[in-house]
Amino acid sequence: MKLELHKVKVRDIQWGDVTSVKDGVLYVNKEEAISLIAEESRFAKVDLELARPGESARIIPVKDVVEPRVKMDRKGYYPGFNNTAMARCGEGRTFVLDGAAVVTCGPIVAFQEGFVDMSGPGAVYTPFSATQNIVLVVEPIEDLEQHQYEQILREAGLKLGVYLADKCKDTPADEVTTYEKGTVPEEVEKYPDLPKVIYVCMNITQGLLHDTYVYGSDIRPALPTLLHPNEVLDGAMVSGNCVSACDKNTTWHHVHNPIVAALYARHGKDLNFLGVIPTQESTVLMGKIRASQMNLSIAQELGADGVIVSEEGYGNPDTDLCMNARNFEKAGIKSVVVSDEAAGTDGASQSLADATPEMTGFVSCGNVNEMLEVPPMEKLIGWPESIAHLSGGAAESLRPDGSMYVEMQSIIASTAEIGFNKVGCEWI
Amino acid sequence: MKRVVHYINQFYAGIGGEDKADQTPLCEAGFKGPGLGLNKELGADVEVVGTVICGDGYYGEHTDEARAACLKMVADFQPDIFIAGPAFNAGRYGFACGDIAATVAAELKIPTLTGMYIENPGVELYSKKTYIVPCADSARGMPKNLKSMAALALKLLSGEALGPAREAGYIHRGIRKNFIHELNGAERAVQMLLKKLKGEEFRTEYEMPKFNKIPPAAPVTDLKHATIALVSSGGIVPMGNPDHIRVSSAESYGKYDISSLTDMKGTYESVHGGYDRTYANADPDVVVPLDIMCELEKEGVFGKIYPYFYTTTGTGTAVAFAEKFGKEIGADLRNAGVDAAILTST
Repeated sequence: MKLELHKVKVRDIQWGDVTSVKDGVLYVNKEEAISLIAEESRFAKVDLELARPGESARIIPVKDVVEPRVKMDRKGYYPGFNNTAMARCGEGRTFVLDGAAVVTCGPIVAFQEGFVDMSGPGAVYTPFSATQNIVLVVEPIEDLEQHQYEQILREAGLKLGVYLADKCKDTPADEVTTYEKGTVPEEVEKYPDLPKVIYVCMNITQGLLHDTYVYGSDIRPALPTLLHPNEVLDGAMVSGNCVSACDKNTTWHHVHNPIVAALYARHGKDLNFLGVIPTQESTVLMGKIRASQMNLSIAQELGADGVIVSEEGYGNPDTDLCMNARNFEKAGIKSVVVSDEAAGTDGASQSLADATPEMTGFVSCGNVNEMLEVPPMEKLIGWPESIAHLSGGAAESLRPDGSMYVEMQSIIASTAEIGFNKVGCEWI
Repeated sequence: MKRVVHYINQFYAGIGGEDKADQTPLCEAGFKGPGLGLNKELGADVEVVGTVICGDGYYGEHTDEARAACLKMVADFQPDIFIAGPAFNAGRYGFACGDIAATVAAELKIPTLTGMYIENPGVELYSKKTYIVPCADSARGMPKNLKSMAALALKLLSGEALGPAREAGYIHRGIRKNFIHELNGAERAVQMLLKKLKGEEFRTEYEMPKFNKIPPAAPVTDLKHATIALVSSGGIVPMGNPDHIRVSSAESYGKYDISSLTDMKGTYESVHGGYDRTYANADPDVVVPLDIMCELEKEGVFGKIYPYFYTTTGTGTAVAFAEKFGKEIGADLRNAGVDAAILTST
């Protein structure tokens, strides 16, 4: 399978008459973009804002982030969403506005969104302080049920991302990145002596605003499956969940999954990368046992020697993480897990809600509860008072001067458990 | 020139062994015993200006007096930093070193450190109150351990932020803190896995904790006369959340009188940050089943409902807080003569 990412580097974002990219500047026709999103009749109000790295700007509450991408050989990008035809991800050519991001924002509070600061101490902890952001600020019609609002906002973000890329896709790429890997039997024949490694990507799948999609299909009621790494890097996975902001794998994160990238980089050198298992985090014990058991079955059928397991969320998914580690280790498959910690605001509490002695290789993505002071920002996009209701925030978090004293977990992707960031816990 | 005061016991001061363990506190200017090596390791800009000495037996048996006397002697030397020991695996010496180092830190507000073998009981007692450098189990490790203690002392004197305990060179205090690594988590994971696959040594970033297993209480034998309480982590609170229980990472719980109610609807709502509250707000009894409990009480299935219910939000809640809530609520219920509790989660 061969995938080419045709990347145009975006270094600035501006309003313009025609949506296009020129000399690293992404111009957006605001009116045209708004009218496209306003086609959805369940939005009462649609607006767009720009937020650039280094600006004194805060975006709150943020729901999802999407990289503007479009297929160059067919229409649209995310199969199964916004009437995009079902098609295989991971092959052919994809156009990418590299460095730009669509950020969705709205008064959707009550199901765990977060904030993004474009500068200051909070900016360090989120990748979206370094992207040129076009922020979609939308309000729903009155009395729209929350899960419907989540759905239309999620789809609007994907739609805006595809629109931006589609308008720019004739621009020659600054860089083409190729990902190519054969089938499992082909690669095993090529690299008979390299250890075979599989990646288990755990996803929030809890229903009611806590779901993840693969090829447009909600994977909560599904079983673990196997994807070629290219499929993950090319839009097969979409986030629809409202886990605590810090450890939500946004849709942007899925196509930038750093574990996939790191394993791919060593494929054929240090290891043989078998593929990716997107798996569930069920809310019931039987579901947890079933998913972890099937993850092992797939890995064993492919002859895996090693596995990396990443978690999404914390609390009860810690049990899924433990079950996965235990199953793999007992079957003789070496495992390393990637997770964050909830060690309390003082860092003195146990970090996980569950533990197992087999979980001997643990990579920490930081303590979600650690407190952080963020200064007031000149520009506020969204609803700053919503911090009172976000996980990691409290009624007293927002001070009269606009500064906030919050937990790390209220920052989008600050402890991303696919290991995107460099933050991690140590003992003191 | 930075000033150091050093604490040692009667043995290292050359006064004597067990027979002199009742030695009362005394002090001398300059260094003594292991202070010679320590002073050398500290370099030219730092000097051991005084040594405080006390018998291990005296410190253990007359702790209040020994502590007060030693503290005054230390203060009189006007140190910038205080160093005790190392005590290796000597239990009473470890206690004295830890206690005086913790006291000096608290009272004189200067950095303090000591050195002990990891299994010295003084580690558990004092590692949160002073810095304890990991040492050998006997004086054979003296030269190496003095070097490590001096290195930590110099770091503390520099005023720079200490890195992780394993890099700064002390026994950690059981606190997790965020640091920025050189590599992202994904790269670290792949590197760790490759080492694990090759059978090479690797360092996990979080050692598995040991969980307290709590045995369930014995079943209720006489349900007809039992008083049953409702306890929930589902975030059901009185409308407006008067006690500001957090939507996640709760550090408090509420206790509310429900004796006049037969239904939660209208007076309670959910503030839980971990699930879609639509249905819980439409009918909070789906989380705290007061309506059904009232019906069952009326039917005589059980004795009576305890007039108060306890509530918090169980999402991102630190285990330490969850334990604290559980202990307090459990004690409260037991004191009130409650026979059983129904715990609902979400």
